[in-house]
Amino acid sequence: MIPASFDYLAASSAAEAIALLAEHGDDAKLLAGGHSLLPMMKLRLATPEVLIDIGRVEELSGITTDGADLVIGATTRHAELAASALVAELAPLLAHAAAQVGDPQIRHRGTIGGSLAHADPAADLPMALVALGGSVVLRGPDGTRTVGADDFFTGYFETALEPGELLTAVRVPGAPGQAWGYQKFTRRANDWAIVGAAAAGGRIALANMGPVPVRARAAEEALAGGASPAQAAELAAEGTSPGEDIHADRAYREHLARVLTRRALDGQAG
Amino acid sequence: MQVKLTVNGEPRSADVEPRLLLVHYLREHLGLRAANVGCDTTSCGACTVLLDGQSVKSCTVLTAQAQGQHVTTAEGVGTPASMSVVQAAFRQEHGLQCGFCTPGMVMAATSLLAENPRPTETQVREGLEGNFCRCTGYHNIVRAVLAASAAMTEGGLAEGGLSGGEVSGRPAEQAGPADKAAGQ
Repeated sequence: MIPASFDYLAASSAAEAIALLAEHGDDAKLLAGGHSLLPMMKLRLATPEVLIDIGRVEELSGITTDGADLVIGATTRHAELAASALVAELAPLLAHAAAQVGDPQIRHRGTIGGSLAHADPAADLPMALVALGGSVVLRGPDGTRTVGADDFFTGYFETALEPGELLTAVRVPGAPGQAWGYQKFTRRANDWAIVGAAAAGGRIALANMGPVPVRARAAEEALAGGASPAQAAELAAEGTSPGEDIHADRAYREHLARVLTRRALDGQAG
Repeated sequence: MQVKLTVNGEPRSADVEPRLLLVHYLREHLGLRAANVGCDTTSCGACTVLLDGQSVKSCTVLTAQAQGQHVTTAEGVGTPASMSVVQAAFRQEHGLQCGFCTPGMVMAATSLLAENPRPTETQVREGLEGNFCRCTGYHNIVRAVLAASAAMTEGGLAEGGLSGGEVSGRPAEQAGPADKAAGQ
């Protein structure tokens, strides 16, 4: 399968990428690892006229800290996240989630910024960011803003990114020693989650239980009110709106959300 | 557009369409046909090559994205007459049947062992998660990777040795396991 023709432009800095975005507007798409975009282009589900490659922009890659926050460059690859001692110390759930994405080859190419901007509600990293209460740094022609995970995902494959904005970094509050759990239910080894659940610091996020990665707020409130993890998990599907497809109907997804939330609250990593 | 990269140690320069996928550049422009197009959807791993030493699926990488980087295919790690340790282990353990997935398996295993020279069996199975063998010959493939690991880290050669070497006793025109392990 061959993508439709496009012009290829390699940006050498974030500022150049933003200028190129401004110049080409809706005709352009940003390319980082390309592991969501290129498959869509090969199927002609996406036919951008211009690709702006940010894969070699050094300032967009890397893992550092800023105060208590972990700061991860947008083009940092999943394999780097999974192998990072800093991430393992400050946000072990994120390191674990990165190690669950696809397979080794995909983790060598895919980037955290690309995964978040793609905003697949069944994906690992969007759920992880919501569970950790992280945020994304968005830079446009008029400046930089930071958007929390709960506000960043706005719909099915939709985010708060404005046209012309570039996701430059991801921020996650550092929480050394924090208990966490991560559960992902798939039919085959490297499938997307039929349902996923991630828990850390009293927050619970669910994958594929609606058009965006959602918080299990009723369960969180029960936990905060002193309920046991098992009692709280019974409320995990409250307020969710999972879709139905060939893999699972709504009732089955709701059941999975309760079971996976209980396991995540027990600290199980799967 | 002009792309400069290194393929199996040789500097290459090519005028390509931006949409040219790396696997098509390797197969059709350079005639390196070890990397196969299997599923063409980033799933099966038959097109796996190394990009700067890391396994990638070359059906989902633009040639343009490999600008300035080092690409290694199964042809680049060994030949039937002089196989890499991983290739020799695939031959010894019969880690292949039809051979279609083999070049991708060899490259995924090569990358895996570079990152983790002493994987457990579970780590080998998880490390090859991105490669399908539709003959379902996984047990021997896993044995091959473990044998290669042992040979590389302990120097402990199993019966017959894993040092590669010449293949004898088969008609020259017929592809044997050594050719398949070397992606030919």
